[in-house]
Order: sequence, then structure tokens, then C-alpha cells
Amino acid sequence: MGDVLVYVESPVNDRLLGFARPLAEAAGGALVALVAGAESPDGDGLAAADVVLEAAHPALSPYLPEAHQAVLAAAIRERTPDLVLLENTTSGYDLAASCATATDLPFVGYCVGLSVHGGEAEATSGIYGGQLEATVRTSLPAVFAINSTALHEEPRGAGRGERAQLAPPAELSELRTKFVEPVVPPDEGVDLTKAERIVCVGRGIGGADNIPIAEELAEALGAELGASRPVIDSGWLPKVRQVGKSGAKVTPKLYLSLGVSGAPEHVEGMQGAELIVAINSDPGAAIFNIAHYGVVADLFDVADELTNLIGD
Amino acid sequence: MHIAVPIRLMPKIGDEIDVDESGTDIDRDLVEMVLNDFDDQALEEAVLIKEATGATVTAVGLRSEGIDQALRLAYARGADRLVLVEAGELDAYDSRTAALAFAEALRELAPDLVLTGVQAPTDLFGQIPPYLAATLGWPQANVVVGVEASDGAARVIQEYAGGRLAVLDLPLPAVVGVQSASSPPRYVAMARLRQAMTEAQTETIEVGVDAPATAPELISLSRPTPQAHATMIEGDADEAAERILAVLRERGALAG
Repeated sequence: MGDVLVYVESPVNDRLLGFARPLAEAAGGALVALVAGAESPDGDGLAAADVVLEAAHPALSPYLPEAHQAVLAAAIRERTPDLVLLENTTSGYDLAASCATATDLPFVGYCVGLSVHGGEAEATSGIYGGQLEATVRTSLPAVFAINSTALHEEPRGAGRGERAQLAPPAELSELRTKFVEPVVPPDEGVDLTKAERIVCVGRGIGGADNIPIAEELAEALGAELGASRPVIDSGWLPKVRQVGKSGAKVTPKLYLSLGVSGAPEHVEGMQGAELIVAINSDPGAAIFNIAHYGVVADLFDVADELTNLIGD
Repeated sequence: MHIAVPIRLMPKIGDEIDVDESGTDIDRDLVEMVLNDFDDQALEEAVLIKEATGATVTAVGLRSEGIDQALRLAYARGADRLVLVEAGELDAYDSRTAALAFAEALRELAPDLVLTGVQAPTDLFGQIPPYLAATLGWPQANVVVGVEASDGAARVIQEYAGGRLAVLDLPLPAVVGVQSASSPPRYVAMARLRQAMTEAQTETIEVGVDAPATAPELISLSRPTPQAHATMIEGDADEAAERILAVLRERGALAG
């Protein structure tokens, strides 16, 4: 009882184990890291776990939602942990709510904070694109998906280092879905991860017609042009320019945003920037919670003026 | 091929999101509820498949304020059928019970493929596609950026951290959580929208669902604590631009 079961992805993000450690202590149980793959894991990044629970089966690599769903549900049934933690990545979307349903457990997503008191957990979760936070209480056992932005700390010390095997569930030999192939994106000669300065446009730019305003500012600053997901999805800029969860994770000296709302999926990709300056007409935009400098104004006026000033 | 697209609503981008007096909901007088962004992407992908294969597209919405307009928008975009699900009073944040209501309706509609948005801004207690997949016992993939459907199978492109992609095959029926369509959602002219408003017929399906016994409880909503305590720059555009430039100079953030 009191165990915390962490679904660990490949490559291992040991900050999820760092996040889980105080919860295992509060719940009075072991920190169990479930590693599902084709072979036994080599232990890299897993030192913080008390128990490394290995599920090894050829069907578990490359990643296939159906296969990993079967393994996580089996691990929950076998170990009966108090808390099940996943990172809110693609596999988090696939597995967290589906395994909560399969094992009849409550589920809380988008967690940025989590604590355990008695038989209950209290979570703080991002909602409305990070504009608000929700405080949520749930009975345990329960499943939680943790936003990547909340995973700050590496584990402080080593766990017990035990190893255990999870018998591959029968579903793995009768999978309905199939991994076909990885897609290699074309090399378009843009690498935002190496950029020293980025001017990033969000939905507030309003349309493809306005992109040149941001381009001129980027040129004046010697910056690369980046964009948030809505801009890419609307076809205003190519995918290679995307910053965020499903785009580039960037760490420039300067990140200057124009009309970016600051949804958690975007913040995940740019919170490592040294200096964040945000211009947005909405004073409630979540980007101001992470920016170092903020301007509530019409982005076009400020961008034009800034381009002119730098040019002078 | 029959594609069902469960749709939900979100506050219109730019509307003020503020906590109401109860402390557990937003002030709904300040917001207009419109089609959820990701459901818009799912709808577009469904219509692209319809155009390529002759599939039938059914948009499915749960009864709530604003859903009629969203369903008619779906019709204007190319949905063939509109279904309104009557599931009684549902908590606005209880996505799990909402998924059960959708699942009941989908059992009746018996589509080959379900395309729906990978998330909505209120999915605190779980996203619809994985709940649907687990409830219906169908295979699923989420964070999908492209779908091709043929008889008996869907070929999807799933996206992972850093923009890595892989192609997966799902036998039908299946549930796909769409992040973005293969091309941006099409523009709908006002005339077409007005036409849809008069032309579109909505069917109704009544379902009975019970919330799970051990549901988490929403205690309160609040503004997040700022991490960086941004220094807000005041003044008109000229002053703001000058101040930004001064900050960039001070911090050595300018080129050269």
C-alpha cells in the first residue's frame, strides 16, 4: 500500500521520478518505475526508483498505444498503487484516461502540483489554456497526468534499486494495431533549438497577411521567427517554425512573443529562454505568468515601432 | 464509411476568462461558447476523408448552451448529419461522464471511425478520445496529425515530443484524438453559414448515464501564481518599444 507507480517513457525523464519521490514518502510506500520496452532497461535515469518494474516484450517497442495501455493496466492491477503518475506527453494522452477507465480509478490531468494527505490527494491543474488553475481533491488510489512544465527537479537521491518483472499481459500477443514506420521530417534548414534570439508569433498575429510585420522585427533583431501551434495549424507558417510540446524546445538568450497566449503546451517549449518579453493585448494572457517583461498593447504598433527603433 | 465527430465547446479566444462568485466556474456571462479548436481540426480531417472516399460525416454534440450553433457550423463545413445528445444535466468539468454519454450515442450510431479533438480547455478530468476508446473497447491513437481511412483500417500519423512522427495502422472501428488536420480548417463564408442555419436538421439521441462513484472534486478555480512576476511595461506603443529596446540593451540580448 502507499506505492507510487510511475510510467516511465523512453528516453527516461527522471524529473518525473523527482516529482514522485515526495509523494511516495507522504503516502508511505515505494516509488515504482514501470519500464515497458522490447528488452530489459539498462537502468539509466532509474536510480531514484525503489523498484524498477520491467515489462519486456517485442511488441512494446516501438511505442504502440494499445500495447502500452495493456501493460500499464496490468501493472496497476498487480501492484495496486495509491498513485499512478504519467507525464502529459503523447503516451500520457493515450494511456492515462484509458487506464483509469480500465482499472476503474479516478483521473486528474494537467497537474502542476500534487500532494497527499491521509487517503486523499490534492492536485493543482492547469485549465483554460493555463489562464486559470483548478484545485482538485480525489480519493486514492487515482491516476494523475503531470504537465511537463511542472517537472523541474531531478531526483535528489537513489532509491532501493530493486528489480521486479511484470509478466507480459496476454493482449500483447493479439494486438489489433500495428506500427508501420517512423516518419522522417524533411530538413528545411531551420533549427530553432540553436537560435540565440527568437521572435515568436501566436494566434494574436491574426493571419498570414500580418506575418511580414513579425519577420521585419525578427530581421532587425537578428532573430529566427517561431510560432505557436495555432499559427502552424492555420497554415500561416511552416511546421519547422513551431515552438512547444510538439515543436522545438528552445533556450534562446531572447524570446520575444507577439500575440502568444502562453498555453502550457507552448510554455513547455520556451520556458528555458534567458529573457522572455511578451506583447499581448489580453492582460489575462497566461504568457505574462512566465514572462520577465510584459506589454499589454496592440502588438502591431509595438512591433512596428520596435523595428523602426532598432533600424535607427 | 461512416465517420462520427464528437464535438465540444470552449470559450471564444480573446473572451475574458474570470472566476465567478461560486469560485468553481468561470463567469459565463463574459464568454461566448464556440466549437472547440481541436474538434474543429477533427471535423476538417473527417471532411477531407469524405472528399477523398465519399464517407458520411456525423457531427455529435452534447446538449449545452451554444451547441446548436457549433453543430450548424459543422454542417456548413461539410458534415452530413447532426446529432444532439440529450444526457440530462452534466457538470461542465466532468469530461468522464460526458465521454460516457458520447459512447452511448456512438453505440447507437455505430460509426466506422471516430475522429475528435485530442483535448478541450476544460479536460481536467480526462480527454474524450481515450475515455471513448476504453469504454467502447476500440483501438485508439492520440495527438494525431493526419488520417487516411480505407475499408477496415485507418492509417494515422501520431506525433511525439519534439515533433517526431510515426505511422500506425488501426483496424476499424477506432477512436482517433486529432491534434491537427492534414490541412487548415476551411473558411466558411457567411452566406454558407446562414444557409446552414436554415437547412440543417438535427437528430436527437437520448442517453442515460451515471457519473462514476469515485469522481474527483473541483474545489476551486483561481488565477495561477506568476512564476516570473513579469515587469509590466506601461505607456503607448512608442514608449513601450523604447523601454523594450532599453531592456534588451541592458540584458545584452541584442545581436553584435
